Amino acid sequence: MNISIVLPVLLPLMIAILLLFFWGRIQSQKWISILGSLAVLGYNIWLFAKVYSGGLLTMQAGNWEAPFGITLVADVFSVTMIMLTSIAGLAVSIFSAASISSSRIRFGYFPILHLLLMGLNGAFLTGDIFNLYVWFEIIIIASFVLMTLGSEKSQLESAVNYVVMNLLASVIFLTAIAILYGIAGTLNMADLSIKVAQIENRGLVNVTALLFFVGFGIKSAVFPLYFWLPSSYHTPPSAVAAIFGGLLTKVGVYALLRVFTLIFIPDSFLSTLLLAVAALTLVTGAFGALIQSNARKMLSYLIVCHIGFMMAGLAMYTDTALTGAAFYLIHDIIVKTNVFILLGLVFIIYGSFKLPELGGLYADYPKLAIVMALVLFSLVGIPPLSGFWPKLFLFEAAFETESYIMIGALIFASFITLVVIAKLWSEIFWKPNPRKVDVLQKLPSFMDLSLNKRVVLITPLILLTAVSLYIGFGAENIVKLSSQIANELLDPSAYIKAVLGTNPQTP
Amino acid sequence: MELLLAIVIGILYAAGIYMMLRRSLVKLIIGLILLGNGANMLIFLLGRISKGSPPIIPESSSVFIEAYADPIPQALILTAIVISFGLQAFAIVLMKRVYHVVGTDDLDKINNMEETL
Repeated sequence: MNISIVLPVLLPLMIAILLLFFWGRIQSQKWISILGSLAVLGYNIWLFAKVYSGGLLTMQAGNWEAPFGITLVADVFSVTMIMLTSIAGLAVSIFSAASISSSRIRFGYFPILHLLLMGLNGAFLTGDIFNLYVWFEIIIIASFVLMTLGSEKSQLESAVNYVVMNLLASVIFLTAIAILYGIAGTLNMADLSIKVAQIENRGLVNVTALLFFVGFGIKSAVFPLYFWLPSSYHTPPSAVAAIFGGLLTKVGVYALLRVFTLIFIPDSFLSTLLLAVAALTLVTGAFGALIQSNARKMLSYLIVCHIGFMMAGLAMYTDTALTGAAFYLIHDIIVKTNVFILLGLVFIIYGSFKLPELGGLYADYPKLAIVMALVLFSLVGIPPLSGFWPKLFLFEAAFETESYIMIGALIFASFITLVVIAKLWSEIFWKPNPRKVDVLQKLPSFMDLSLNKRVVLITPLILLTAVSLYIGFGAENIVKLSSQIANELLDPSAYIKAVLGTNPQTP
Repeated sequence: MELLLAIVIGILYAAGIYMMLRRSLVKLIIGLILLGNGANMLIFLLGRISKGSPPIIPESSSVFIEAYADPIPQALILTAIVISFGLQAFAIVLMKRVYHVVGTDDLDKINNMEETL
């Protein structure tokens, strides 16, 4: 049995259990959390290097052979995702250590954070559709706790939305699994890939595919199903918003990419639907972001808008398009986490997320403002920075497939992102702070915090900015990685062979 | 039997969605529970129900000779029941908490539109 694939799941679980032994001891919990995340990151980078150079790994749980037992598969796409998860996890661990109130930590914030990371890693690694459902449930139960921890009024109100929509998505996902099991008789994704292609009743297959699409669509917040996101992501603490904004919707996108390339190859009906949904997600998300005056709500709508880019890549379904989608996914996880951490810093400095109450950051903290500018420019995609390259691929793919509506939607969404970020920049950074001096003096000043705490607050911002700068300037490597992911997605034969073919113990 | 189950599942789904569309928090939870039960029954139905043929290989042979009941749907349902038990317990506690903090169970009055300029 190949234990190396399970460790990305087991390590966070062990960290969470270890943290339980330090219940109520805040300082030790912070250290365990940060060092643990660092260890998981190190391990995941090693696993990534191993899979990237040596080909994909599989593991059959309990040595039950492939279509009967639960399979874990680490292909390049999976290991890229778990590596990004652990980078974001490390940044959020560090940021949480300095920004989460001790009352929240006392009620088990850190164990739940690591259980969430465990669920994410599991969802990325599993090769079994029902097991994916189980990981999704672990993710949502952990996210429910993070969402409501603290029990502030606004948190609870938005949690109603969030909890109900996620439970509904789970039920729809489960219904889809039931029908899929009824028509194909298997749950192993590689096995499904072969069996679903042989089913003659394509109508039933399309209905199942649509149920999966709705289930994952609610989780990844695509066009008609995104309303819960902007009404809930602005209430939890910034560190929690960072991990939600960076990773939770991306699990839905990952599942969509996986299921719609491996199991349901889109026919003309499905690809038209995907195109329409992608274009509408881009446009409505952009419009939503335009009219907000709360910085976090603005970014919540930008999350929705940018999900559209990845959906566009899936909808166009060419090599170039999927390369673009994979690249955008890599870029988006890092940058979205970073932007929410950035807003967390702004909140710590000025005590507000509302644009009319913010301003003057550039004059007060010029060095910090430069780093933040890099983050925001990456999000927009100013040329050498990370957001630019995936868009290049997506535009190229849109021209190749002659989907001109998509080109229009892509340009519109990119342009509105620019407008929104420009607004954010001028409101938070350039405009003089509109609040009266006596109000500002009452706020605890950022410079009054101990040097230690300031360093801890800024480290995750710098860390993630460095990663996104690498994605931008080392784009050649990321393109190579993304095109390998796209090849894997378009031609799953290696995946199927690795899962169903020879026993991994005796190659 | 299949027909009866299909009708029951249809009723469970319809009732669940109807309850979720009501404005009361409690009915929302009841709706979710009904939907979850409907999904579990659906797995059971689509796993082909059969009677009196346990998936046990008789001692005299080494492989299955006759058709046997598929044990997987039951394993799936058990897992799904356990998971939905946990989630529903959480949701019920959350609703109670919301009722205490907000002071109403009318969903239309629970909306955090605090964003007014």
